[in-house]
Amino acid sequence: MTPTSERASAARAARDPAEVPAGLPRWAYAPAVVGGLFVVVPLIAMGTRVDWSNYGALVTSESARAALALSLQTAAASTLLCLVLGIPMALVLARGRFPGQGLLRSLVLVPLVLPPVVGGVALLSTFGRRGLLGESMEVLGLQIAFSTTAVVLAQSFVALPFLVVSLEGALRTAGERYDVVAASLGASPTTVLRRVTLPLVWPGLLSGTVLAFARALGEFGATITFAGSLQGVTRTLPLEVYLQRETDPDAAVALSLLLVAVAVVVIAATHRRGAGGAVR
Amino acid sequence: MTFELAATVPSRGLDVRLDVAEGRTLALLGPNGAGKSTALGLAAGTLRPHDGEITLDGRTLAAARDGRRTTWVAPHRRRVALLAQDPMLFGHLTVRENIAFGPRAQGATRREAAARADRWLAAIDLTDLADRRPATLSGGQAQRVAIARALAAAPRLLLLDEPMAALDVDITPALRQRLQHLLAEQTTVLATHDVLDALLLADEVAVVDGGRVVERGPTAEVLSRPRSAFAASIAGLNLLSGTWTSDGVATAGGEVVHGHGAPDVVLGTAMTAVCRPAAVAVHLTAPHGSPRNTFRATVRSLTPHGDLVRVRTDRLAADVTPGSVAELGLAPGREVWLAVKAAEVDVYPV
Amino acid sequence: MTAALPRRTTRAPAALLVAASAVVALTACSTGTVATSDGEEDTTLTVFAAASLTEAFDEIAADFEADHPDVDVALSLAGSSSLVAQIQQGAPADVVATADRATMDALVADDLVGTPQTFATNTLEIAVPPGNPADVSALTDLTDPDLNVVVCAPEVPCGAATTAVVDRAGLTLQPVSEEQSVTDVLGKVTAGEADAGLVYVTDVARAGDRVEGVAFDESDAAVNTYPVATVDRAGQSPDQADLAQQFVDAVLSDDGQAVLADLGFAAP
Repeated sequence: MTPTSERASAARAARDPAEVPAGLPRWAYAPAVVGGLFVVVPLIAMGTRVDWSNYGALVTSESARAALALSLQTAAASTLLCLVLGIPMALVLARGRFPGQGLLRSLVLVPLVLPPVVGGVALLSTFGRRGLLGESMEVLGLQIAFSTTAVVLAQSFVALPFLVVSLEGALRTAGERYDVVAASLGASPTTVLRRVTLPLVWPGLLSGTVLAFARALGEFGATITFAGSLQGVTRTLPLEVYLQRETDPDAAVALSLLLVAVAVVVIAATHRRGAGGAVR
Repeated sequence: MTFELAATVPSRGLDVRLDVAEGRTLALLGPNGAGKSTALGLAAGTLRPHDGEITLDGRTLAAARDGRRTTWVAPHRRRVALLAQDPMLFGHLTVRENIAFGPRAQGATRREAAARADRWLAAIDLTDLADRRPATLSGGQAQRVAIARALAAAPRLLLLDEPMAALDVDITPALRQRLQHLLAEQTTVLATHDVLDALLLADEVAVVDGGRVVERGPTAEVLSRPRSAFAASIAGLNLLSGTWTSDGVATAGGEVVHGHGAPDVVLGTAMTAVCRPAAVAVHLTAPHGSPRNTFRATVRSLTPHGDLVRVRTDRLAADVTPGSVAELGLAPGREVWLAVKAAEVDVYPV
Repeated sequence: MTAALPRRTTRAPAALLVAASAVVALTACSTGTVATSDGEEDTTLTVFAAASLTEAFDEIAADFEADHPDVDVALSLAGSSSLVAQIQQGAPADVVATADRATMDALVADDLVGTPQTFATNTLEIAVPPGNPADVSALTDLTDPDLNVVVCAPEVPCGAATTAVVDRAGLTLQPVSEEQSVTDVLGKVTAGEADAGLVYVTDVARAGDRVEGVAFDESDAAVNTYPVATVDRAGQSPDQADLAQQFVDAVLSDDGQAVLADLGFAAP
């Protein structure tokens, strides 16, 4: 059976109700349900603590709206930055051959395991007024700390590895054979990337982008350490929630639920399309 | 010569010299691992030569001396198209878009490319599948589309790497015939271990074994008068080598093989003797009567071969009827005598 | 080509993991008693205190332990509102000391504490990096838009104090960041990111030569009072309640007050 017809029959099997699933021991259901509840119940519990009668007023206050707008803008900008830097990084790591490749891959993944506050400290050491690059930039009149740019940098720092890991894995799995064929048909490397490679790894790219966006949206530790907290400039929604806990716990819970809702919408919207692409 | 390749890749044990004239098809025959795919890789630009030169239409595609690269043209600029046994169609594009890929990549507008694709779709008789996705095609259909896609890119050289190997045996004859038609004017190098591919599609054959070209010549010539063990096995012939004596061909084992005719060669010339398995008779005791070639042999295996059974021994292969197998009690390990009439043995210089 | 089946992994690693998690989970719930080297069990006194009281309460707790050999003081330091929230959720504290009246009042309203007593006060001071690079000498200097000024967010106690002094001075500040806690403000000043920050006198004292302090007149517009109280916990033994009161007394004693004064706190 050729690979194309194998894929077609696999797709058919996935939709066939008569097909019996294999490789799933019965006992796996119990811990899986517990795990599912562990994630879902706290979210529901938060929902029960919300002051629903006031919900509208709580989430449309001036500070809340400013925070939400800032969060969406910065997360979008960070995701874009992650794509611009991350796609080439994933390509180089997956396809390149050069000494020290393994070490580079490990370093790129460091922000994944670093506590975000530590990430903020690292960014300060670089871009702060007394930082490695910050000092020279200060002389040129460029100040990064306390600006919205700092927020985007903080979010990108923590979100980039998600995109790179996801995409590199997908590129490795896809292999280079299609790229070879496309080149033999006369397509330049950039054309191959645009018309063959990226469409081929579309599900991996999409899930990586969604993860990066979600991570950027929820970023807190690095932001508060590096960018500071000022309404409309650097106080993203997570920072606003943290601040509201001091005086208005109801507002904090309401805004938290808003964050959850945004995350769920983003993930649900992209997951369905991604899955559809993979089945093909 | 339109295409010339003379290169070595020591890491893969390859040292070959090939050439193909414009519009002709050269078949690379050889066992797995012989170096056929490596040679194709050099032509396509997926492998670098350690030493040597590869030219197409007088243009040097790659050249190197002692591991130092002196010339290199990137694969996408070579006008060399590659087709393997896996059609590798782009799953996210329709059939038409797949075929139009080459023209579009080379600068044609979407409309021009689509028109070209439609012409090729007609040539492979799949016009009604134009808007389908590759996942919905059968193996044979996909391979047809892959061929059209490669040809639509108007390559100066087409490389085929065992194109029928993954297809069901009952559709390969039709596809082979179609290929014969499509490749009529196309300069092609075809790597295969299927003799039918070579016979029907290739003008010339180069036998590759152990990274070297061991035989070269027009297809019919090589397959009717093979000079290497692999070519003989592909041609379905028994082959024995030796030197020419006044008696016949003296093999290294000490036997003398008698063939028909008297080749015009001097004594001591290296010679090849071939005969068809169907001409070999199997006996349990030494046969008498001459002129015959007789050999002692041990049965190695018995395999069905059409309506006969091919008896492979440590010397020659013989095709006998199933009834004979039963009658003689043939089984692996059995000692037998093989006999071939001189008239059935073709003898010629290496 | 067939792939070899993986060897069957033993169940041992999985069981070990479950057992380890259980042990970790159980030890996370600490009990009220601790075994000591002499075999006797020490009593633990849990004290919740605002983060700004770290050094003060560290010393007072050490002195208390010296005076009460069989008592172990467990200090839990966090933002005042966090402490209040935890006690409202039933955290096992015996004594609580917050950084302002408002947070303590929340506990009083919920009937969770005994009568609070003020044990210290604090006022604001301008903190600048060593050498005072921006040459700050008065509160009005902080209105310079070219300066990176960092303050506490109005929602936190030190932020409320900041608003009060700024209003008294009739000024409008344009800070580049409103931090969640005084520690964060101080951190930005010591790192050199901020040219000036508004923190407490005690914070400047605590930071030693990593910052310089600049006093200003309007600071008495916001005097932060620190209340301390015993926590009325259900199921608390009379001995424990007594011990808690003793700790409160220690804070209010001359020795306790001396410790606080050394660190820059003013008398109640």
